[in-house]
Amino acid sequence: MIPSFFLTIAIGLTFLMALSLIRTVIGPTILDRILGGNIIGTKTTTLLLLIGLLYNDLGMFVDIALAYALLNFIATLAASKFFLRRLGVFMEDSEREEAS
Amino acid sequence: MTILSILAIFFLSLGLFFFFAGTVGILRLPDFYSRLHAAGKCDSLAAVLMIIGIALYNLEPYSFGALLVSAKLLLIAIFIFITSPTATHAITEAALVLGVKPWTRAGRKRS
Repeated sequence: MIPSFFLTIAIGLTFLMALSLIRTVIGPTILDRILGGNIIGTKTTTLLLLIGLLYNDLGMFVDIALAYALLNFIATLAASKFFLRRLGVFMEDSEREEAS
Repeated sequence: MTILSILAIFFLSLGLFFFFAGTVGILRLPDFYSRLHAAGKCDSLAAVLMIIGIALYNLEPYSFGALLVSAKLLLIAIFIFITSPTATHAITEAALVLGVKPWTRAGRKRS
C-alpha cells in the first residue's frame, strides 16, 4: 500500500511540474521564466527522492538529488546575475508596456 | 502500518498540498513580486516537509546505513532551506533594478 501511495504523490508532483511549465512558457518577463524553472528544479529534487524510494535504492538517489539541488541554485543565481548585468528583462517593447 | 509510515504519509500529503498552493499562486497572482511570494512558500515549506517525510520513512529498518541516509536527507533539507531564499533575493534584486513595476489597484483601473 505504501509504494502505491508514493507513486500517487510522484504522479501528482509531475502534474504540478507541468502546471509550472505554463508560467515558464507564457511569463511576461524573463525573470518569470527563471522563477518557473526554479520551481520545476525544486520539484525535481523531491521527485528524484521519491523515485529512489520506489526503486528501494535511496542511498544512490540522495546524491543525485543533492547534485540537482546545487545545480538548480547555481543556475538561478547565474541567470539572475546575467540579466542584471544585461540591463534588459523584457523580450520586446510591447511586453514592457504590458508588464508595467 | 507503523508510526513512522503514518508520519511519512502525513508529511508527504502536507508537502503536496503546499506544492499545489504554490503552483496555483504562481499561475494566478497578478504581478512578479506576489508570484515570488508564492514561489518561496513552494520552495522552503513544501520541499522541506516532503524531504522530512521521506527521511522518516527511510528510518524504518533501524540500521546504521539507514540513519546515515536520513542524515544526508536532512542535510539536503537544510541546504534547500538556506539557498532558496538566497535565489529568491537575487531574482528580486534583478527585478527591482531592471524596473518591473509592482501591481497596484490604481494601475489596474487605468488600463
